[in-house]
Amino acid sequence: MNERRKSVFLERQSYRRRRLVDTIRILPVVGALLWSVPLLWPTGEESGVATSDAIVYVFVVWFGLVVSGAFLARAVAKGNVGEDPEES
Amino acid sequence: MGTLNILVAVCLIYVIFLFLVAFGAERAAMRGKGGWLRSPLVYTLSLSIYCTAWTFYGAVGYAARSGLEYLTIYIGPSLVMIGWWWVLRKLVRIGRAQRVTSIADLISSRYGKSNLLAVGVTVLAVIGTTPYIALQLQSVTVSFAVFSDAYEASVPLQSQESNALLVAAGLALFTIVFGTRNLDVNERHHGVVMAIAVEAIVKLFALLAVGAFVVWGIGGGVTEILHRIDTSKIGAWQIEGDRWAALVFLSAAAFLCLPRMFQVMVVENEDEGHLRTASWAFPAYLMVMSLFVVPIAVVGLDMMPEGSNPDFFVLTVPLATGNDGLAMLSFLGGFSSATSMVIVAALALSTMVSNHIVMPIWLSVTGGGASVSGDVRHVVLLSRRISIGAVVTLGYLYFRLSGGGSALASIGLISFAGVAQFLPVLLGGIFWRGATRTGAFAGLTVGFLIWAYALLLPSFGTGVLISQEVLNNGPFGIGWLRPQAFFGITGMDPLVHAILWSISLNTLCFYIASLVGFPSPLERLQGAQFVNVYEHSSNPQSWSGSLAQSEDLMVMAQRILGAREAQELFEREARRQGVSGLLPEPSPDFLQVLERELSGSVGAATAHAMIGQIVGGASVSVEDLMAVADETAQMMEYSSQLEAKSEELTRTARQLRQANEKLTQISEQKDSFLSQVSHELRTPMTSIRAFSEILRDSDLLSEAEKVKYSSIIHDEAIRLTRLLDDLLDLSVLENGQVNLNVQTGQLSEVLDHAIAAALTGGGPDRLEVNRRRAREHVWLSTDLDRLSQVFINLISNAQKYCDADQPSLSILVGRRDGALIIDFIDNGSGISKQDQAVIFEKFARVGEQRASGAGLGLAICREIMARLGGDIDYLPGQGGAAFRVSLPGALAVAAQ
Repeated sequence: MNERRKSVFLERQSYRRRRLVDTIRILPVVGALLWSVPLLWPTGEESGVATSDAIVYVFVVWFGLVVSGAFLARAVAKGNVGEDPEES
Repeated sequence: MGTLNILVAVCLIYVIFLFLVAFGAERAAMRGKGGWLRSPLVYTLSLSIYCTAWTFYGAVGYAARSGLEYLTIYIGPSLVMIGWWWVLRKLVRIGRAQRVTSIADLISSRYGKSNLLAVGVTVLAVIGTTPYIALQLQSVTVSFAVFSDAYEASVPLQSQESNALLVAAGLALFTIVFGTRNLDVNERHHGVVMAIAVEAIVKLFALLAVGAFVVWGIGGGVTEILHRIDTSKIGAWQIEGDRWAALVFLSAAAFLCLPRMFQVMVVENEDEGHLRTASWAFPAYLMVMSLFVVPIAVVGLDMMPEGSNPDFFVLTVPLATGNDGLAMLSFLGGFSSATSMVIVAALALSTMVSNHIVMPIWLSVTGGGASVSGDVRHVVLLSRRISIGAVVTLGYLYFRLSGGGSALASIGLISFAGVAQFLPVLLGGIFWRGATRTGAFAGLTVGFLIWAYALLLPSFGTGVLISQEVLNNGPFGIGWLRPQAFFGITGMDPLVHAILWSISLNTLCFYIASLVGFPSPLERLQGAQFVNVYEHSSNPQSWSGSLAQSEDLMVMAQRILGAREAQELFEREARRQGVSGLLPEPSPDFLQVLERELSGSVGAATAHAMIGQIVGGASVSVEDLMAVADETAQMMEYSSQLEAKSEELTRTARQLRQANEKLTQISEQKDSFLSQVSHELRTPMTSIRAFSEILRDSDLLSEAEKVKYSSIIHDEAIRLTRLLDDLLDLSVLENGQVNLNVQTGQLSEVLDHAIAAALTGGGPDRLEVNRRRAREHVWLSTDLDRLSQVFINLISNAQKYCDADQPSLSILVGRRDGALIIDFIDNGSGISKQDQAVIFEKFARVGEQRASGAGLGLAICREIMARLGGDIDYLPGQGGAAFRVSLPGALAVAAQ
């Protein structure tokens, strides 16, 4: 049905934009992995990680995700407003 | 008591303020000045209804009980928002493209606009949300009680419950006023959204204020508070991995599936671009919201007496330290969290209940339904208002009946697990075209049954709805079916157990039932529509509008959209179709537009059914689709045929034009040829006539004179004969009737013969011929007589026209690109530029008439060379007149 052929190779701008979208896609995966790290910490009174350290870790990850998310969202908005359909 | 009175007064002022905000926003939106209402910031803040009173009060209690586990509730949604490109972007696009009014509408619309499915989802959403609304009412009531407890310990419970009733009534009123002001086709409520945005700021500010007070006012700075955290009872890292992962998943799933989240995220979304901003701004909001939770919990655990409820540390800590103002602010924060959640939840649920339960029933009860005249909008609005009241009342009743004993967080999690059952159906619907209605039914049913059995029923306490016996040994003694240990897997956390089994079996049943069944055409069309939403935004379900009466449709649309709006819509469509007047043709296109408009007010399934009643064919059969497809294919074929025809016509016209030009040219040539020939014939004829008359009429002629005159006559006759010979020759050559007499011979011999023939007579002005014999030893296989004729012509031309004192002709033989070329170059003044263009034309003669000749020689040469497969050209820039004869190489090579 779709007559329009998708081109295999793209201009530099479109290429960059797709890689940008790839970065946006991978970001939640990275976040999930980083937030899963606490699962591997030892628990218990003695050898366990202090709660204050855990708080600092979780919030640093959070802050990093927010900042990179904001950066990427701005970049993708600046790049192209009329986005092309479901690029992959 | 004084403080409590102030609290009530502040509360009332705050509520009035919210009413004013909502009212102002509605007014601004109506006047079209609401640009600032549609900012990404407002959208982000409206998402904060995720943070309810459970978050505001409960998170601190959660942290005090289980340490950092409370973070999972925020991490899940943060991940969903950060990963907006995966799911939310598509969800919002679908919501906008399909005019979705609620999550039930989305699911029913995706699975073939099935109203039964919509009813199911609605009922489940109500079951899942009611405890949550009760939770909010409870939190407000208890927070009131905390204030009164602190000052007057002996407040009877009844008055507290009347507080809850008051709050519930107020919330219902607010929702009804601003949620059902008008039946907006876009289903957007600017007043409500603005009010919850303001509430979002209030609760954030309140929690930050309490947090800052705790950290810097009581705790003594960041390092001090971190130290205090480590020495408290939640100081050591104690996280169960399974709960951590399950809760992150659960909160992420609930974030997508909660009806109220769907309402603000998808339905109220003004612009897809807002999602981009919210993708990072909302995680930032959640991060700030959860920043001070642990410090407050730790300080509360330190300060408050043993056994005090940690859920209300946010209130009790400021109160205990005598900061009534801060406590008041904190109360307003909690109040905001609770009210915004109840308002949006009631709005979302009432839309679902009204569109999918009340309206279909009303339509079927009133018989013909859609075609009865009269404004139906008031019915829709009334049903919405009643639904809002019913939902809030249900929440209040749940609160009264449950007694409000259990910890807030556990109700929240149970509710989350309930709505998370929508997730497989939702994601399957937007990413997998193979998902079917049967699958959706199977998955939802199984998921909710397991959720109710494994989580909801035991949550009421042992022996209330489920006996200890069943809990320990399973129903009928079947151990594998124990509510909290399926398949005999014991020792699992009950919540994780319930989530694991309900979601996985839900997904499995959904998947298998989808694989087994066969979807209806409408389902398949909608499936393609949803899954490939980025590729086509048009609605594929086609109404065959031949039976539909525009007037009936008008009547119906007026009742749902309102007279003015409906007339505007019809007029616009009529204009688009190019029909004069108000009523457009009931074309499938128009019906689709109309259905979409209606679905904004009454939901996709109802709108589909209503149009179906009037149009006649509610469902699209495969035959219809085939017919449409056939028709389209025929049209396309026909149009491509037409295109080909028109191209052919253009081509023919072009050919005809060319042929015409050629004919005109030839006709002109013929005219000039005839006049030339007559002229050429006339000149010798005149002299022949004159001299023959002299011979006949004069007797006194001497013998010498007679000889002279008759020889003139003879010469002229010969000239005539030669002219006629040439003409005949040319005519034969031009008609292609010439027979080539192919012989084989040496080029040098041909040249010898030609020179000898051309230069007969000799004399003082005899032409000197320069040749290079060594290069002339080329074998030729062609018509040598004709070739020789060409050479003779060229050599005699040089003899005749070369104007040099000592005329000479160079004959140069060479090869170029495989062709044999013979150049004839004399040392005269050559031929002028404009003459070069015409010398090969018939009767073309150069300069003044110095020698006799009809001007046919070069024309004949050109014809001969064309017959022989070669060419003859004038070669400019050689000092004198120069002609190049070229012969194809094959002729030369073949003979060697």
